Amino acid sequence: MIGFATRRLLQAMIVMLVVALLAFTMFRFVGDPINQMVGIETSIEEREALRERLGLNDPIPVQFARFIGNAVQFDFGTSYQFKQPVSELFAKRIPATLELSFASFVFALIVGIPMGIYAGLNRESAISKLFLSVSLVGISLPTFFIGILLIFLFSVTLQWLPSFGRGDVVQVGSWWTTGFLTASGLKALILPAVTLGMYQMTLIMRLIRAEMLEVIRTDYIKFARARGLPDRLVHFRHALKNTMVPVITITGLQLGSIIAFATITETVFQWPGMGLMFLQAVQNVDIPIMSAYLLLTAFLFVAINFIVDILYFFIDPRLRVGRP
Amino acid sequence: MNVLDIKDLRVEFPGRKSVFVAVDEVSLKVEAGKILGVVGESGAGKSTVGNAVIGLLQEPGHIAGGQVYLHGQRIDELPYKKMRQLRGRKIGMIFQDPLTSLDPLQTVEAQLVETIRTHLPLSGKEAQQRAIELIDAVGIPNPAERIKQYPHQFSGGMRQRVVIALALCAEPELVIADEPTTALDVSIQAQILELMKKLCEERNVAMLVITHDMGVIADITDHVAVMYHGELVEYGETNQVLGAPNHPYTQSLISAVPRPDIKVERFPVVNYIEKAGTPQKHIDISTHWLGKSREYEKVNGPLVQIRDLEMRFETKGSVFPSQREYFHAVKKVSFDINEGETFGLVGESGSGKSTVARVVTGLYHPSGGSILFGNTELTSLKNQRETMAMRRQMQMIFQDPYSSLNARMRVKDIIAEPIKFHKLASSNSEVRQIVDDLLDHVGLGAAAGLKFPHEFSGGQRQRISIARALATRPRFLICDEPTSALDVSIQAQILNLLKDLQEELGLTMLFISHDLAVIRQMCNRIGVMRNGELCEVADCDQLFENPQHEYTQQLLNLMPSMELLSRANLETA
Repeated sequence: MIGFATRRLLQAMIVMLVVALLAFTMFRFVGDPINQMVGIETSIEEREALRERLGLNDPIPVQFARFIGNAVQFDFGTSYQFKQPVSELFAKRIPATLELSFASFVFALIVGIPMGIYAGLNRESAISKLFLSVSLVGISLPTFFIGILLIFLFSVTLQWLPSFGRGDVVQVGSWWTTGFLTASGLKALILPAVTLGMYQMTLIMRLIRAEMLEVIRTDYIKFARARGLPDRLVHFRHALKNTMVPVITITGLQLGSIIAFATITETVFQWPGMGLMFLQAVQNVDIPIMSAYLLLTAFLFVAINFIVDILYFFIDPRLRVGRP
Repeated sequence: MNVLDIKDLRVEFPGRKSVFVAVDEVSLKVEAGKILGVVGESGAGKSTVGNAVIGLLQEPGHIAGGQVYLHGQRIDELPYKKMRQLRGRKIGMIFQDPLTSLDPLQTVEAQLVETIRTHLPLSGKEAQQRAIELIDAVGIPNPAERIKQYPHQFSGGMRQRVVIALALCAEPELVIADEPTTALDVSIQAQILELMKKLCEERNVAMLVITHDMGVIADITDHVAVMYHGELVEYGETNQVLGAPNHPYTQSLISAVPRPDIKVERFPVVNYIEKAGTPQKHIDISTHWLGKSREYEKVNGPLVQIRDLEMRFETKGSVFPSQREYFHAVKKVSFDINEGETFGLVGESGSGKSTVARVVTGLYHPSGGSILFGNTELTSLKNQRETMAMRRQMQMIFQDPYSSLNARMRVKDIIAEPIKFHKLASSNSEVRQIVDDLLDHVGLGAAAGLKFPHEFSGGQRQRISIARALATRPRFLICDEPTSALDVSIQAQILNLLKDLQEELGLTMLFISHDLAVIRQMCNRIGVMRNGELCEVADCDQLFENPQHEYTQQLLNLMPSMELLSRANLETA
C-alpha cells in the first residue's frame, strides 16, 4: 500500500511538471509579455531594461526552474489587467467557486444515489422509467440552457430566487468568504448549484443503476437471498457496496470537472468565481491568470485522482493484498 | 415424516409467444437424514425444482401447479415475507460456484454473523462464537483466525466449506445443494461430499442434491430422481435406479458416463436424445482438400519432444533481479508425443497442465527448456514467417465453447479466417466450398455457416471450434479440457468426433483433462501432473491398472465409485 501510494505520488508529480511546462510555454509563445505590460510610447531601451529585470533574457531552463520555484510558493506573477498578484485574485475568487462546486456535488450525490438505487432495484416500475427519461433530459440539455430555463422559471416568472450574484457573504477567517450563513446567500446558491449538478446527478444515477443491475444478478446476491437475509441488508450491505468502486472513480473525476469547469454556470449566473475570472482573462490575454488557472485545475484533478486510488484500498480488500 | 414433500409441481416460464414448462408434474419426497439426488442434463429442469422449493425462481417463472410441503406445512403459497423467514432458517441452499457465491467485500465472519443474527436471537458475541464453531465443524483449520479473513483469501474448496457453513448456520431442516462440487477438483470434491454426508447424518438434515454427475449420485445419495425435459422419468432408491434402470433415458444416460475401469473403442451415445443433428455428409479424405498436402517432413522418433520445460510467472516485480519473486507453473517437464498418438495430461487445477499446452502452442514463451516439433526447435524461432508455418501445423481447441468463438462473426467467417490467413486456398469460392465441407464433416451441416455462434448449443459450438482448428490442415491438435463444460451425452458425441478425425487424418493429439475416465478412453499414453511437475508417464492401461507414483494412486482412489452403475446396456455403443 505504501509502495503503491509513493508510486502514484511520483506519477502525479510528473503530470504536474508536464502541465507546468505547458503553463510556462504560454508565457514564452503566446505573444510578448513585455508588449502586454507597457504602453506604446515606451522606448526600446526601457523595454530591454524591463526584460532584463524580469529575467526574460536568462536561458529557458533557468526561467522554467524559477517559474516552478515561484509556483510552489503560490507566486504566479502579476495580472496584466488588474496589476495585482494573481494569487491574491485567486484567493478572492476561490471560496465562491468551491462553495458552488461543493453544493452542486452534494446535490448530485444526495439526489443521484437514491434515484440510482431505486431504479436499479425496481427496474420495471413506472417511477424508474420516469427517472430514466428525466435523466436523459439532464444529460442532453446543455448547461447554459438549463441555467437560463431555471432563471426564467424561478427568477423571472415566479420571482422566488435571485438570478445572479452570490447574495450577502460573511467573512470567515482572514480570506474566506461564505454565502452559507446568510439567507440571501443560500437562496442565490440554489439555482447555480442545481444547474451545475444536473449533469453529474444524472450521470451518477445512471451509473449506479447500471452497476446495481449487474450486481443484483451475481451469485453472492442470490446466495444472500437464499440465506433469508432481509432486503435491507441484501441491497445496502451487499449490493450497494459492491457497486462502489466504479462509482467512486467516476464521481471523483466529476468533482474535479465540477470545480474546474464551472465556467459556463458562473457566466450564466454572474457568479464571482474563478471560472468567470478565467473567461475574462482569456478575452484580455491575461496570461498569468490563464497559466495559474491551468496549474490549479491540473492540481485538483491529480489530487482527486490520488485520493480515489487510495479509497479503493478501503473499499476492496482484494486490493490490499497480492498487489505488488 | 417427510421433511420435504413435493406434489405434482409444475413451473412455467411465460415467454413472448408461448409458455415454457420447465418442470412438469414432479413429485419428490425427502426424509430427515437422507439425501435425495436429482440428476439430469442441462435444461432438464433440475435446478428449477430447487429454486421453486426455496422460492427464488427467476422472473417471470412461477409455480403454476402442485404443492410444496415442509414438515407438512404448505410453503409454496406463503407470502414473500414469511417465505424469506423460512430461507436460511428452515431451508439452506448451497450453490455451485464457491468463487462467486460469497460477497467479496465482507469478511467471512461478517457474513456468518449477519446470517445467524437474522434468524436466531443471539447477541453479537454469541453469534461470533457460533460462527467460529461452525467454521470448525466444516473442517477449516484455525477457525478463530480464518474467520477474520475475506473470501479471496480462501481456496476454492475452503470457500465451498464456508458456503456450507453459511447454509447450515441457523440449523435448517432441509438443505438444497445445486451442483455443490461441479466447480471443484476430484480430491476436493471427495472431501466436500464426505463432509456433506457427515453433516447430513450428524444433524439429521434432509438434503436435496442437484447434479449432472452420476458419480456424485452414486457416491452419496439414498434416493435418486432422474429428470428429462422437465419431467420425472425415473425415481427410486439409488441402488435400484443405477443398478437396474427401467427407463430408456436413464439407461442411455448411465451408459454415456465414461468408464474409468475398461477402455472401450467408442463412447456409448445417449440415443434417447432426439436431436441427432444434420446427417453427416462425409467427405472423402483421400481426394478432398482437407486430406491434401499432408506430406509433412518425415520425423525420426517422436513428433513432439519436450525437454526440461520451465515456465515461471513474476509475482513480485523489482528493479533488482535478486528481489524478484516467481511462481513456477511448470517445473522441468519432459515428455515425448509420437506421431499419430494421443497423449493425455491429467491433473488438478493449478497443476500446470494448461500452461504446458499454452507454452507448446506459443501463447506463452517458456522460461527454459526446449520444445522440438518435428525437426524444428520452437523456442528458437526467429521471424514471423517461421512461426506462422509452425503455428499452422498445430491448432488448439479450448475449454469454454462460449468465449472461444467471436460472437460478432458468422460461423462461416470464423472457419474461413485461418484458411485465408495462411493462404491455403486459391480462390474465395474454394474457401466457401471448404468451409461448407468442414461444417458437414463435423456434423453441423453447411447451412450452419450463415448463423452466429450464440445460436448454437455448447456441444455444437465445440464442433465449430473443431472445424476451425481443422481449417489449417493441422498435424498436431491440442485439446484443453474440450468437453468439461458439456453434458455427458454431448461429451460422448464430441469425443467420438475427435477420435474419428484423428483416425481419418492421422492427427497427433495432446489431450488435457481433469477427468480420468475421459482420459482413459481418449489417450494412448498419459502424463500425470501435480504442482507443475510431471509425476508419472505411462501407457494408458498400465497407468490405470498399475499406477506407480503415490499421487497417481491417490487420484485413482478418489474417483467416485462406479460399481453401482449398470453396465448391462453397453450394446447401445
